Amino acid sequence: MAVTVRVPTILRTYTGGASEVSVDGAATLVELLDKLEANHPGIRTRVLDDDGKLRRFVNLYVGDEDVRFAGGLATPTPDGVTVSIIPAVAGG
Amino acid sequence: MTTVLDRPTFGAAANLTCRECGATYDLGPGNACEQCFGPLEIGYDDTLLASVTRASIDAGPRTMWRYGGLLPVAPVVDLQVGCTRLIKADNLARELGMKTLWVKDDSGNPTHSFKDRVVAVAASAARTLGFSVLSCASTGNLANAVAAAAARAGMRSVVFIPSDLEAGKVVTTAVYGGTLVAIDGNYDDVNRLCAEVSGEQEDWAFVNVNVRPFYAEGSKTIGYEIAEQLGWRLPSQVVVPIASGALLTKVDKAWREFSTLGLVDASPYRVFGAQATGCSPVSAAFKAGHDVVQPVRPSTIAKSLAIGNPADGIYALDVVRRTGGAIADVSDDEVVEGIRLLARTEGIFAETAGGVTVATLRALLDAGQLDPAAETVILNTGDGLKTLDAVAPVAKPTATIAPSLAAFRAAGVA
Repeated sequence: MAVTVRVPTILRTYTGGASEVSVDGAATLVELLDKLEANHPGIRTRVLDDDGKLRRFVNLYVGDEDVRFAGGLATPTPDGVTVSIIPAVAGG
Repeated sequence: MTTVLDRPTFGAAANLTCRECGATYDLGPGNACEQCFGPLEIGYDDTLLASVTRASIDAGPRTMWRYGGLLPVAPVVDLQVGCTRLIKADNLARELGMKTLWVKDDSGNPTHSFKDRVVAVAASAARTLGFSVLSCASTGNLANAVAAAAARAGMRSVVFIPSDLEAGKVVTTAVYGGTLVAIDGNYDDVNRLCAEVSGEQEDWAFVNVNVRPFYAEGSKTIGYEIAEQLGWRLPSQVVVPIASGALLTKVDKAWREFSTLGLVDASPYRVFGAQATGCSPVSAAFKAGHDVVQPVRPSTIAKSLAIGNPADGIYALDVVRRTGGAIADVSDDEVVEGIRLLARTEGIFAETAGGVTVATLRALLDAGQLDPAAETVILNTGDGLKTLDAVAPVAKPTATIAPSLAAFRAAGVA
């Protein structure tokens, strides 16, 4: 089992157009983003700012949980879960 | 003959510009910057904007499209939106101890809320960009507007709403015959799903996702109208309800544009924001002095404002602070009282968002944050007929009697 990462349209240039990619062996979001970066160089700095924090206009979900309501980047990412990267600027 | 046919397809719009990093993109679908995820906004050709005059506006139709020279698309889809009434609210002003108060009543739009304005622009943009399906995430009013506009434009609509929405907003969407999907979750859940679906259904125009830069510009027209209806001038204060915060920022943008273009004197104004306490992330950030907005889980009867993670919250904060305004929030009981106060004093039946605005006006006055002597405009963004449940427990017959004169005399209503 691995973690499925759902990739928004504007990041699919890093994933060869794929809307979902699979990541193995990441216990938390921080580790997941490290592994994602290894597989798709450049993608992490689109999601995290220079200080390594989640960018202001990016929402990250582990399953249905907005990680800003959970443990932030320390949120666990157990096998089988889906992580979604979603642009925050929508709605209203 | 008019020269409508000669107008550029995208009006005075030149590009999409990232509000955060300034990156620019060609006009088209898209709402987030590929560099930083920041919001994309319409960038305009200043020379084209400068060709708009009071006379050119006056020569336009009696709809929001009279300001078409300041919008990013030509009116391909037109439901005769806008030019709603601006009412001098002397009775309410007296009740609140104010000198001059106006109500801009956008419940008079075709589907009875200000959302017809944004959808008019979004639907026209969607058509122009070649989309055949119109979609949205909605707290209700937008659902009505999208379903109606799509029907009139001969487009398919697919509208997503939270499943606990008021019946008055479900029926008034479904009746237009489009696809209506109720989601077991709150608006933020619906919004998130739509952001994901828009990545799958790339041939769907989600008005407030991938067409959002166009959509949001439609809200400027409420600001333009207020200025024109006041006789080409700006009020000193305005109170605007905050859901995503987009409306508040666009009223400010409208008045800055009018000032820059010399359509009004550039007089100072203060912008105030109104929220329900049960969903008040922007008000909380204002009070705490924060420039970021911490998302909340909404719990309020003002469902049209129940956005816990408001996309334009930080920009609303910027506008309010820059203009010397304030943001306040009110309880659900105060919202109901606000609806009744506006109805009792001015004969205007507002939906819950209007109740939030009236109650917040009172709260701001009580707190000494809003000047009772300065000319003030408040926005009623929707119709009370859509949120009957909010006031049904307190708006009932005074008496129910037999059809006899004796019963009438006994009832004590004379």
